[in-house]
This record gives sequence, C-alpha cells and structure tokens, in this order.
Amino acid sequence: MEVTRTKVGRAGSRAPDAPDGFRARQLSAKQMLRGDLDGQDLESYVEQRVMLSTLEKAQNWARKNACWPLGFGLACCAIEMITVIGSPRNDISRFGAEVVRASPRQADMIILSGRVSIKMAPIIRRIYDQMLEPKWVISMGACASSAGMFNNYAVVAGADKFLPVDVYIPGCPPRPEALIYGIMKLQDKIVKDPSLGWRERYGAEGTEEVA
Amino acid sequence: MSDENGPTAAGPDPLATPYRERERSVTLERFAHGTAEELEPEEELFTLNLGPHHPATHGVLRLLCTLEGEYVREVKPIIGYVHTGIEKSIEDQQYWKAITFVERMDYLAYYFNAMAFCAAVETLLDEEVPPRARYLRVIHMELNRISSHLFWLGTSALDIGAITMMWWALRERDYTLDLFEMSSGQRMHTRYFQVGGVIDDIPPGFERKCREFLELFPSRIDQYEALLDRNEIWLQRTKGVGIVPAERLRALGVTGPLLRAAGDPWDLRKAMPYCSYEDFDFRIPVGTVGDCYDRYRVRMAEMRESCRIIEQALDGLPEGPYITANRKVALPPRHELATSMEALIHHFKLVTEGFRVPAGETYAAVESPRGELGAYVLADGSAKPARVHVRDPSFVNLQALAEMSEGGLIADMIANVAMLDPILGGTDR
Amino acid sequence: MARRGPRRLPDAPGLELLAGRVRAAIGDAAIVGAEHHRGQAMLEVAPAQVREVLAYLRDSDAEPFEQLMSVHGVDYLPSQPRLGVHYQLLARERRERLGVRTRVTVEDPVVPSVVELFPTANHQEREVYDMFGVEFDGHPDPRRILMPEDYEGFPQRRDFPIGGEPVLFTFNEHEYPRWYE
Repeated sequence: MEVTRTKVGRAGSRAPDAPDGFRARQLSAKQMLRGDLDGQDLESYVEQRVMLSTLEKAQNWARKNACWPLGFGLACCAIEMITVIGSPRNDISRFGAEVVRASPRQADMIILSGRVSIKMAPIIRRIYDQMLEPKWVISMGACASSAGMFNNYAVVAGADKFLPVDVYIPGCPPRPEALIYGIMKLQDKIVKDPSLGWRERYGAEGTEEVA
Repeated sequence: MSDENGPTAAGPDPLATPYRERERSVTLERFAHGTAEELEPEEELFTLNLGPHHPATHGVLRLLCTLEGEYVREVKPIIGYVHTGIEKSIEDQQYWKAITFVERMDYLAYYFNAMAFCAAVETLLDEEVPPRARYLRVIHMELNRISSHLFWLGTSALDIGAITMMWWALRERDYTLDLFEMSSGQRMHTRYFQVGGVIDDIPPGFERKCREFLELFPSRIDQYEALLDRNEIWLQRTKGVGIVPAERLRALGVTGPLLRAAGDPWDLRKAMPYCSYEDFDFRIPVGTVGDCYDRYRVRMAEMRESCRIIEQALDGLPEGPYITANRKVALPPRHELATSMEALIHHFKLVTEGFRVPAGETYAAVESPRGELGAYVLADGSAKPARVHVRDPSFVNLQALAEMSEGGLIADMIANVAMLDPILGGTDR
Repeated sequence: MARRGPRRLPDAPGLELLAGRVRAAIGDAAIVGAEHHRGQAMLEVAPAQVREVLAYLRDSDAEPFEQLMSVHGVDYLPSQPRLGVHYQLLARERRERLGVRTRVTVEDPVVPSVVELFPTANHQEREVYDMFGVEFDGHPDPRRILMPEDYEGFPQRRDFPIGGEPVLFTFNEHEYPRWYE
C-alpha cells in the first residue's frame, strides 16, 4: 500500500519557501525597514497590507465588534442572558461584548431581558436616556417585546411603547443561541444600516440625561 | 487593620511622617459597638439609594440605605419592580395553563413552583400520583435545586468578588439544563409537571446522562470549595456577617437555608414529606453560627445531598405510568385517540375547557431552594381557579435583610443580599 | 400528594376540639365556623378577634401553633362578605398546619394587624392591603408594596379589570389606532 504524505500548511496553505511564503514576507519586511523596496515591489508590499474603506464603514465595523451591553436583567430572561455572558458554552466575548458595564454611561447596548412592569418602566427609560449615543436596544424575550403571556394591568405591553427597540428576540426564555443570533442581527444592522433616523418617530433624539 | 510599621531595630522609621502618624492614630473603636448614642452631633446620616438597577441586587430590588460613614443604620427594601400580576392572570386560565404562569414566579426554581401548585390541585381533586411520576418529580426537583444553587453560587461569588466562580458554576449549570432539555424540550420553565404526574416519560438516554453528571459533579463541588472555603478574602467577607438568631428568624417566617444555617434543622422534605421524599436517605446540612459563611456552606452541602437523592431515585425508579390514569384530569395517550371515542371526548374536553375542580381551598407547601414555597388554591367548581396565592420564600425572607444588615458595613449588606438569595420574580410575583 | 398515609393533622375531631377550646377562651362569637376539607383544617374567625385568636393559638392553647407561614387575601365575590384574609399557621413539633380565615366586607375592610405577634406578617399584610384593600389596624407601615405608591385601585379584587392590551387580529385591527399613526 502506498502512502503519500502531503504537507498541509497553515495561513492560506502557503509553503514557507514559496514566493509569498513566510521567508519571502520576512525578507520584504526587512527590506522595507531598511528602505530598500522600490517601484513595483513597494507597490505590492503596500497593497498586501493596507485595506481601503470609508471611515464610516470602518467605524461601523469597530462599533459592531465592541458592543458593550449594560448589565441589566429584569426577570427570567436575565438568567439566560447571564448564561450567555457568563457560561463557557455560549459565550458572548467572541463578539466583543463580554465587557458588561454596570454604568449606563459606559454601555453601548441595553438588553431588556424580562417583563417590564409599570413600576419599572420610567426607570428603564431614565437609564436609556443616560446612555450615550450610539446606543442600541435589544428586547429579549416575549415579555419585553410584547406583553408576553402577561397581558394584564401590571405589565407594559412591550418595551417599544417607550423605547425604540432595534432587535426583538422571541422566546420564553429565548435559548442562549437565540440571544446570540439576535446580537449578530444587531451587528448586521450596525454595519449595514446604522442610520438612527428612524428613532425620530419615537422622539428619542436629544433625550440624553447628561446631568 | 493596624499595620506594624513601627521603628525597626535598625533605627528610627524613615516613613514616620506626620501623615503616617495621623493615619495610624485613626481607629475604628468608636464604631465597634455601633450604637446610635455615640454619634457626635456633627455626624451626618447619608441616604443612599441602591436603585433597582444595580449590579449587586440580584434582580430589581431597591434598597434605601441610611448610612453613617460606611455603617448601615437602616435599610428599607422596596420591591414591586417586576410585579407581573401573575396571580390575577391565573384567574382567567385553566388549571393546566396556570402551571405555566406559576412557573415563572420564582424563575430559578421553576419545578418547585409547579410542584406546589400541582400538589395543591391534586389535593383538591383527591388525585393520586403514580410512583414513577413521584420519583421523576423528585429527580427533576433535585436537579433544579442543584441548578438554582449553582446560579446562586456564581452570582453571589461575583457580587463578593470571586469572579471565577461564575464561569465554573454556569458551566455545571449547563449540564443540568441539558438534562431538562432532554426530558421536556425546554431549558427553563419546562411545564414538565402536570396535575397528576409529569407530562411525559424520560427519554432513553436521560438516565445515562444523569449518572454521568452525578459522577462528575461532586468533584466539581470539591473544586468550588477548594477555591472558596479557606480563601482569606472570602472568610473576611462572610464570617461573622449578618448573624440573626434562629428564634428571630422563625418569628420573621424565614425558612430554608437561612434558617438551617442558624442551626434549626427544619426542612419540609424531612419534616412533612411529600412526593415520596420519605423513601430516600439524605441528611439535612445545618450550620452553627448563622452568618453568611454558614449559609454558603449549607448550600454547598445541600448540593451534595441532592446528588445523593437523585442517585437513589434513579436506582429505585419504579416502572409504571408517568401520569394518573384518570382521564378526567390527564390527557389520554395519543395512540388511543385513533381508536377510542371516549378518549377523544376526554381529550377534547380537557383541551378546550379543562378539568373541573370541586370547590374548596387548600394550601400545599414544598421545600424550594430558598425555603418554604406554598401554594394556596381556592377552587369554585369551575375549570379556572378562583384564587391562587403563592407564598414565596424570597418575599418573606426579605424581611430579614434589615435585621441582618443594620449595624454592619455596607459591603456586608451586599454580602447579605447575596447570601439571602432573593429571587425578585418570586418576591414580586 | 394526596397520600392516604398518616392522618393529615389536625383531623376533623381535633379541629372541633380546638374550636371548642378557642370559644371557651375567647368567646363564643370569635369562631364563626370550622371546616375540614381534603385533610386541611380551616377555622373561620370574626374579624375583630383575629389578634386574640392568633395569640391564643400561639401561646395559650394546649396544642400551640407557633409559626405563621403565610398571610394572604382572597376575594370571595359573589359570596359575601367578600374580602377574606387567610392566616396559615404551622406547629413545628407536631407537624401540623392550620388555616385561620376571616372575612370582611368592602365597606368596612378593617382587620387588626398581627405584626406584634408575628413579625413575618409585616410585608405580607402590606401585600394584602395593596392587592385587596383590607386595612390592617395597627400596622407600622401601611403602604403599598408591589404596585406604585400612587396607584389607585386594588388589583386582585374580582371586579377589577384584568387590564392589558387588546390582542389585534385581522377582524379587529382597524378598531385600534396603531402606534405609528
């Protein structure tokens, strides 16, 4: 039986001695430092290492990958949210969001996890106002998106009665994977359509509480 | 906290500046007894609002503290920020739908909520639960006790500062949630307990996976204890903190691990057994002093005892039906619907109208991870309960917070809240 | 849970004896009724004597019930008197539970508070006040506990509407203006 061995390389399967392998790149980097690269070599060196984009796209990309949630849990969905933040299996830090801030002034996104009672609603609004732009709201679970199963005197039927919500995540409680999917949808939204102008309808412009 | 930076044998201390002298001369003796009469006239009491949104208040609990320096003179808990009107909503729902509402009260101990409610309704119906269903209920309740204590451990340690515990505890908690998902399809709020038994039998791989978890878990508890038990910071934060004598706790209606940490071995599973707990051999961990450290140790030991109970239940799991055979109460199995007209009619009546419960009122209590969880059900003969009240342990235990914290430091109050283990969903309902 | 095992205490004769002892100690008018249903004992007490009865049950009786586990309210509409307050007592040594109930009308919803006897009743009586409007005479802090402080109405009464929003289906969605209009 014949056994053939082929080397499976890393980093795009470039062999170290190939023209674009490790040795060649190291050599060209040394030459660059010495100032020895000219003409076509210099052009190709720069092209390989520079990414062109608009400032806005870069800004959105940075924002989406470092979206810091506010540590805000209301009820049962908070347990699943803490599972997403804290459990090693479903882990939010791969999305750059494990820095859960306690203060709304330092947070980018608020995940409304749990039922919004009428006593808590003005407080949530105040916390939302204390967050600085740009800020996003994820309404997690059925109770925060609509009234959930509690369509009664004590629950506000959905946080979007007093807050502009960007992403709604259904479930009671949503699985951690569902929350992660919702966060990824929010990231898509930040990258593709970050204009927050639709919030004018809610009168959410200029409501920051700075005092 | 005095330091020993006195003059060394080599000569006068080079750090003996006037500032250091002043620093060393400040003592806490004046506050050691902490009575109000020793206050100077110019001492000011400062009101601090640990608002409903705060990283350390386990849910939306608002604490109005009156502080003198760092010492808490008065603390008033204000609740109601997650009041959902569950008890009123239930009055519109059929009994089996009400189970889903009741589960969401104490949202970490969902099986216990359902158990208390089902026990009350079964008492009113005078319904017998088959032995297999009782054992399955015990297995799920003890798994839920473990997962609730693990979550408590993670978040309390996080509050006190031992952040690693959160990762470890949630890692194990995922195993129990996997088991719940295996048996009922949901991680939380599973509506697995039904009136008369459980909704479905456990699938074939459940027992094996449960035993794997039970083999793995005691060594993990050893790891947690190795990290925290003799940790100097943990001991300083929890030893001697929040001591309330057991008689005062009983007068305040406190039950559960808080009462057991104070030395009183009252546990409903042993005292007034329900759901075939008398078949199992387990011990009740009891503390001596009643401080936060004892509460921590009691809960850790309870996790070990729960493992033993689950193992005994799996070993002795009887064969048989998993729900009562009374078709007026429990849905018939699906294969009967194709052949039996009676089964079809029962199914139809149960799903559209629900079973009727004869008029009466009763109170049934179970031992949840936080204490005595009781359900009071008033039935008026129709298919909907006329009144359901859940006596939630967190609601009653919260009254002990003022006693525990007044006179102590504010950091101790945070430790007290952590060890009190309040679940605001149950407190507010 | 409905096991036909050891008797669920106190049983019916024991309850009648207890009612007799309470009547002898406090007065005939104190006990309005005694029920034993599905193994659970319930004493009905006149509202004005609730504190005396509970004090007697805790301290003086031959078989005392020393712990109060739960205070909760019930609305018995349409049966009058409407508002009921239940006290669930526990005797630890004998492992017995007893329910004590009192009923008041909406027009005169006053019940003496038992906070001095059982400090656990503090928050629980506030909840009964909040949800049903029963006023507890002698309570140190008679405020609402679960609803906002300035809420009007007593939500868990049976004639209080459940509230909430109408669910929009296609047949009724034109009746309600939607948020973006």
